[in-house]
Amino acid sequence: MDSIIEGFLKAFSLIYNLDRELLGIIILSLEVSGTALIISAIIGVPAGAVLGLKKFPGRGFIISLMNTFMGLPPVVVGLFVYLLLSRRGPLGFMGLLYTSSAMITAQTILALPIVISLCQSAIVSVKPIIRQAAVTLGATPYQAAITIIREARYGILSGIIAGLGRAMGEVGAILIVGGNIAGYTRVMTTTIALETDKGNFELALALGIILLIISLLINIVLHLIQRKGMITTER
Amino acid sequence: MSLELRVANISNSYDGNRVLKDCSFSFHDRGIYVLTGPNGSGKSTFLRICALLEKPDKGEVGFLEDGIPLHENIQLQRRITLLLPKIGVFNTTVFKNVAYGLKIRGFRGSIIEDRVDKALDFVGLIHKKQQKALTLSSGETQRLGIARALVTEPEIFFLDEPTASIDHKNTEIVEDIILKMKKDRRSIVIMTTHDIAQAERLADRLLVMQDGKLSEKSFCLPG
Repeated sequence: MDSIIEGFLKAFSLIYNLDRELLGIIILSLEVSGTALIISAIIGVPAGAVLGLKKFPGRGFIISLMNTFMGLPPVVVGLFVYLLLSRRGPLGFMGLLYTSSAMITAQTILALPIVISLCQSAIVSVKPIIRQAAVTLGATPYQAAITIIREARYGILSGIIAGLGRAMGEVGAILIVGGNIAGYTRVMTTTIALETDKGNFELALALGIILLIISLLINIVLHLIQRKGMITTER
Repeated sequence: MSLELRVANISNSYDGNRVLKDCSFSFHDRGIYVLTGPNGSGKSTFLRICALLEKPDKGEVGFLEDGIPLHENIQLQRRITLLLPKIGVFNTTVFKNVAYGLKIRGFRGSIIEDRVDKALDFVGLIHKKQQKALTLSSGETQRLGIARALVTEPEIFFLDEPTASIDHKNTEIVEDIILKMKKDRRSIVIMTTHDIAQAERLADRLLVMQDGKLSEKSFCLPG
């Protein structure tokens, strides 16, 4: 019990003094997950919009696939990206293994299905009356589609933030493809795993607290967005 | 240059039930045409077909300008508008809801501001301009729908049961708005209602839909 209390005290001291190593790990984590999220949003929102708005053969299958991929085990993704980027793999010539690019790739693969699925779901839940209203007011099919996407904006934002949550909290995949190299590919989750193994609980706890705070902030933003979008009606 | 609407021998069926049977009519005078009839008689289907929202199984819907038939395209669609019983409120402010039709037509800035203010003033909602549209009451929502349509200055304005889901006080307000449109005579207004008394209060010309058949009814104007 004493060691836990001592760990917490040292952790708060590290956070309070903005320890250089701690700060570097936090910044790298935010960079990797933030970049993965931006890529996921750039690909995922249009893909979700197409799945939500267009009817085409194979659409149902793709939606089911995306829903399944939402629960992809991170270690499997890590293994897959490792095989792709390893020296003998098809993309080995790029020399990306054990770099932050490899971590971004892995996190993008994990976040993308969440962004696509939740965007698609937000778009299909817009009431058909909205499209009809747009058309009766003179919208072209493209303008009507943009109107529907705009109506789904809170759901889409929720999807993007849920993707960020998935990317930030992930450890298995980035440990495999990033290698947890100090000052280079060491992020919050991998450091927690490593430092816990070493019995160095102060840094692990400090990072755990920060990760929890970030997670809490993400959830608060998500809740606020969902509350704002909750005023829906069939009028 | 004025737009007119001619429908010829329109028939339509849903699941084998014939909803419209050989309906024909020519709407060419500016003013209020009211189509009345019992619920389920085919009024709304007729209106949706006239407003180009649905295609009939048989028959023709034609828009003409100075007797010349017009092609069914976005330019024509932007000269007419239909107000549905549930208007489909966009999740934004009252102002942005009304500005929608102008924005998609490429209008910007002060033109939008002026025309939206005018339309909101016309329906008595100017004081709610910045309010979230989804927080309006049912009656106010219906008036918002009218403002949103009127701001685009439609030459033919279809209203499907505009007072069906609102209280007595708001029905009176909406009727007053329609009577103002009647006085202005800027466009052809075609509305449906199941309320015969309301139809007679508002109509310049009264049409009756009975079992999918359309006919004109002569009536004495009140007063």
